[in-house]
Amino acid sequence: AMEKSRPLWDNPLQFIFACISYAVGLGNVWRFPYLCQMYGGGGFLIPYFIMLIAEGMPLLYLELAVGQRMRQGSIGAWKIISPYLCGVGVASVIVSFFLSMYYNVINAWAFWYLFHSFQDPLPWATCPLNSNRTGYEEECEKTSSTQYFWYRQTLNISPSLEASGSLQWEQALCLTLAWLVVYLCILRGTESTGKVVYVTASLPYCVLIIYLIRGLTLHGAVNGLIYMFTPKMEQLSNPKAWISAATQIFFSLGLGFGSLIAFASYNEPNNNCERHAVIVSLINSATSIFASIVTFSIYGFKATFNYESCINKVILLLMNAFDLEEGSLTADNLNEMKDYLMATHPQEYAQLLPRLKNCSLEAELDTAVQGTGLAFIVYSEAIKNMEVPQLYSVLYFFMLLMLGIGSMLGNTAAILTPLTDSKAIGARFPKEVISGVVCFVNCVIGLIFTMEAGNYWFDIFNDYAATLSLLLIVLVETIAVCYIYGIRRFEKDLDTMIGRKPNWYWKIMWAVASPLLIISLFIFYLTDYILTGTLQYQAWDATQGQLVTKDYPGYALAVIGLLVAASTMCIPLGALVTFIRKRLKRENVST
Amino acid sequence: DAQNAFKVRLSIKTALGDNAYAWDANEEYLFKAMVAFAMRRYSSKSTTQISNVLLCNVTDRVSFWFVVTDSSKNVTTVPESEVEAAIRYSHCCCSLFFLSDWGYVYGLLTGSMLKSSDPSTPVWLIVFGVVLCLIVAGIIFLIVAGIQQRKKKSKESTERENLEEKGEVTVTVENGIPCETLDLKAGHINGVFAADDERFTSL
Repeated sequence: AMEKSRPLWDNPLQFIFACISYAVGLGNVWRFPYLCQMYGGGGFLIPYFIMLIAEGMPLLYLELAVGQRMRQGSIGAWKIISPYLCGVGVASVIVSFFLSMYYNVINAWAFWYLFHSFQDPLPWATCPLNSNRTGYEEECEKTSSTQYFWYRQTLNISPSLEASGSLQWEQALCLTLAWLVVYLCILRGTESTGKVVYVTASLPYCVLIIYLIRGLTLHGAVNGLIYMFTPKMEQLSNPKAWISAATQIFFSLGLGFGSLIAFASYNEPNNNCERHAVIVSLINSATSIFASIVTFSIYGFKATFNYESCINKVILLLMNAFDLEEGSLTADNLNEMKDYLMATHPQEYAQLLPRLKNCSLEAELDTAVQGTGLAFIVYSEAIKNMEVPQLYSVLYFFMLLMLGIGSMLGNTAAILTPLTDSKAIGARFPKEVISGVVCFVNCVIGLIFTMEAGNYWFDIFNDYAATLSLLLIVLVETIAVCYIYGIRRFEKDLDTMIGRKPNWYWKIMWAVASPLLIISLFIFYLTDYILTGTLQYQAWDATQGQLVTKDYPGYALAVIGLLVAASTMCIPLGALVTFIRKRLKRENVST
Repeated sequence: DAQNAFKVRLSIKTALGDNAYAWDANEEYLFKAMVAFAMRRYSSKSTTQISNVLLCNVTDRVSFWFVVTDSSKNVTTVPESEVEAAIRYSHCCCSLFFLSDWGYVYGLLTGSMLKSSDPSTPVWLIVFGVVLCLIVAGIIFLIVAGIQQRKKKSKESTERENLEEKGEVTVTVENGIPCETLDLKAGHINGVFAADDERFTSL
């Protein structure tokens, strides 16, 4: 029987673009700027770079080398390293499966906002009128129009996790579209993926450059940049800063999902994966910093805009109350005029006092946001105040889509490559059918996230589905390659592939530094979860117009436990199953 | 101060910037004319004169109170609701009152002046439909192309297989010594080789 040759990337550039497209994702745009702000601004770059060198590059190189050498998806690759490690591959596939279930919902939201960007004015720019047209919607009055658009018109969020609510057909449609787009890109395997990644990898950079130019020329952008980059060195002594840096590097590169192994398995055997690992990790980090420059100039603009609006509101209030001439009160003389008015009309001033807000630029800048809140609320708020907001809105959400779809390509590759490699499924069904089934199943399960309580379930998956499991998976991977497969054997393999042995830096990192780092991260997170006791989440309270903290109900905690257990248990189970199988075979042969 | 009076505040400089005009007696006259027009056009008081619109307490802020009197009934003011209705439905007054977000009429409901952003047909569905059609067309195209490619490949491989079979048949005949004669003649089947054959076929 003729063996089907493994599909390959057309050229090494496609491979690099695929890795960049996968690694550079939403986390670079919405998590790194937040961390930078929380942990000391410019000073955060120090732990970030140390972690990049200590754990990011070595682990990335390790995964790429394993994939390229074994030329199989994650399950097959780890089976070759040691038959007892087939559980590691299965765990990777399960984690990727969980990730692709909820990650595409973000793309659905990006589509929703993208389609709504073709209106004038933008729908999130103003509050809608209430039913009898006497004023604005109550909920929208209490909060801002952008938050209202996100929580009410996009998510239609319920007040708590228990109140599941109904399926939102608009979101379901967008989710279906998102899955169809992913299916279109992975339909033909590397043939189609290889062409798509040219677009998904490069387009976000074009948009980021446009935004950089636009952002830096916005009024008040400098405030944001100064705020971000002034290093607060005392944060370096905070262990959380180092842990966040390590976590960010780890998850930003997408290690442990099996996607990198899958991508590398489609390489030519003599591809220089060492150089590619360094390139990809450096580009990933550089993109994070680039994205935070853009984000902070946008922050600065938004904060300055809000501050100036606040000041103008106070001026208007004072002018109306005291019938002062227009132009007599300005931002500069506001404080003196306030004192003067307090002195001359103490009674009226006292009456007005509760309505006079204290406007502070610092307070506006301090509102650190991450995640979907940053991407969909803060950015859309900044965009609505720009000139030609529709253009910038379309560009921004298209960029989010590219980032999201690029990451989805990696996730689905991690699931599909082991399936198409396996003899049971891969040989029987054509890859179009396998991809179609995977996309369909994911889409149907993903409809859970389009219900009214869907965003709470999304947060559960986002926080717990991948975090602990990945740390464990990568730890086992590193130990397996260094100590079970043997670092000498690995060295020789790399020598045959690339033409030179890895130098002492790589070996020390693989054997000592990275495992130690991962173990300490793992211990930290475990103790953190145990110490905080019950887990809590942020629920949207429509009556108050803000987020409130609630405890997770019992069954939600059970789901969290199941998510973590489903993937981590595969590792010991896989070893056990292989052990039993070998025992049985030995007994069969001997009898 | 009377019960049917309205307080108006105008922020002309903020709204118009460099094009701001000064608020003087002529502007007041225009304002009165506008209100009178609205009353004549949109309410039952079709004989309202400019002199029926009274302005008082004009300040530097540009704020004042105004009432509309009813000349048919002596020295009474037109009820608030009527004036309100007239101004709301009057197209000309909206632009006078609603200079921008900064100019508003105190006491009048601002409902009609709120920007309503409810388009009749949801635009997003149209864009969604277009994108959906494109994506589905792309998928169908790729699937069909893939099926055609596979059919071509399987046709090629079956042709190649047919050629191989024909070749084998001719080889056995053209080998010189036909197989049957080998068996009958002095040759005996070597057990080792026979066992090997079995092992291969079982794979």
